[in-house]
Amino acid sequence: MSGKPRLTYVNGRGRMESIRWLLSAAGVEFEEIFLETREQLLKLCQDGSLLFHQLPLVEIDGMKLVQCRAILSYIAGKYNLYGKDLKERALIDMYVEGISDLMQLILVFPFSPPAAKEENLATIAEKATERYFPVFEKVLKQHGQDFLVGNRFSWADVQLMEAILAVEEKVPSVLSGFPQLQAFKTKMSNMPTIKKFLQPGSPRKPPPDEHYVATVKKIFKLN
Amino acid sequence: MAAKPVLYYFNGRGKMESIRWLLAAAGVEVFRTGQVPMVEIDGMKLVQTRAILNYIAGKYNLYGKDLKERALIDMYVGGTDDLMGFLLSFPFLSAEDKVKQCAFVVEKATSRYFPAYEKVLKDHGQDFLVGNRLSWADIHLLEAILMLEEKKSDALSGFPLLQAFKKRISSIPTIKKFLAPGSKRKPISDDKYVETVRRVLRMYYDVKPH
Repeated sequence: MSGKPRLTYVNGRGRMESIRWLLSAAGVEFEEIFLETREQLLKLCQDGSLLFHQLPLVEIDGMKLVQCRAILSYIAGKYNLYGKDLKERALIDMYVEGISDLMQLILVFPFSPPAAKEENLATIAEKATERYFPVFEKVLKQHGQDFLVGNRFSWADVQLMEAILAVEEKVPSVLSGFPQLQAFKTKMSNMPTIKKFLQPGSPRKPPPDEHYVATVKKIFKLN
Repeated sequence: MAAKPVLYYFNGRGKMESIRWLLAAAGVEVFRTGQVPMVEIDGMKLVQTRAILNYIAGKYNLYGKDLKERALIDMYVGGTDDLMGFLLSFPFLSAEDKVKQCAFVVEKATSRYFPAYEKVLKDHGQDFLVGNRLSWADIHLLEAILMLEEKKSDALSGFPLLQAFKKRISSIPTIKKFLAPGSKRKPISDDKYVETVRRVLRMYYDVKPH
């Protein structure tokens, strides 16, 4: 055992990508296991590795952690990306939860039937520009600081950066009208650990394609 | 500024119920008025159920003693949250879909979630899920158990440790008080609740089962 965290998932973004982002932003190297068959998933269920028979699984510090939020909260706490006290943590939680509602739309998008894709894309664009991005634009404008919470880099910044880039892949002009978020995106891109993550060869996974969707459907027996 | 937390929601369970549970278990009195899960507490207006619950758990020492215990609590709460999440839309379903959803939730509870918590209790043999001490995870699990039992009264048959757990946690004074008539605990969502939510949010008119 190398001592590095070990991530078990499918070879693609899905629910593991936020975890890859956060570990990378914290400068933490990790190993990855990619499942390709349903048998591999069932084996993990049978050997007790998956508390609720679900992925993602992250093995870290002697624990077999499941549940994205639990994993992300642990990483944030361990690497000082969770604010300095309970109140800052509450703000970070609030922002992260808000963003994850938007990320959920992006997560399920590749699995929507072809007929619904155009409508779902419009929904993503609408929710981003009318509900979520205005909130963060306002937060940044009001305190005038570089980071969302406590004038210090935190999990909230990483999550927002991930969301911005994910939406931009689908709606390239989505940040027009959000000057604070544009500046935020530039600043985040230049942070050394994030810059490295955004370069080729990093653990960052490409946008979901048909092969990824087919693999997920096969492994998790979705229709 | 009110010293007691103020809860903004509908007069029903929904996403606010877990918050009422946790505040009650911590012995915190609340006022309530109005609209969407929002809690005014310690000078903050907190939205997002999970952010609110995390804050309350941390503030009232129900979140473990260190990062690792917190991770376990988060993991267990994640499971009960998913389970109870299957029931959030229940009041808005048609009668026929309610039957289907009920069967679905009971199956998930008895084949996936209850076995997991039964094993946790069995493996360490302690009274509480994490760190041999009452935590948010215990309160959330009790809430989930009672919700499931409302749908299937013998949902815990086959889970002796969970049965003992249920009795034990229910008899903790603050929780016992919450479970008694006259507390802030909300009844099962009825047609009036459904009508109110639909009218105010203008949503949930055509809800499909999971």
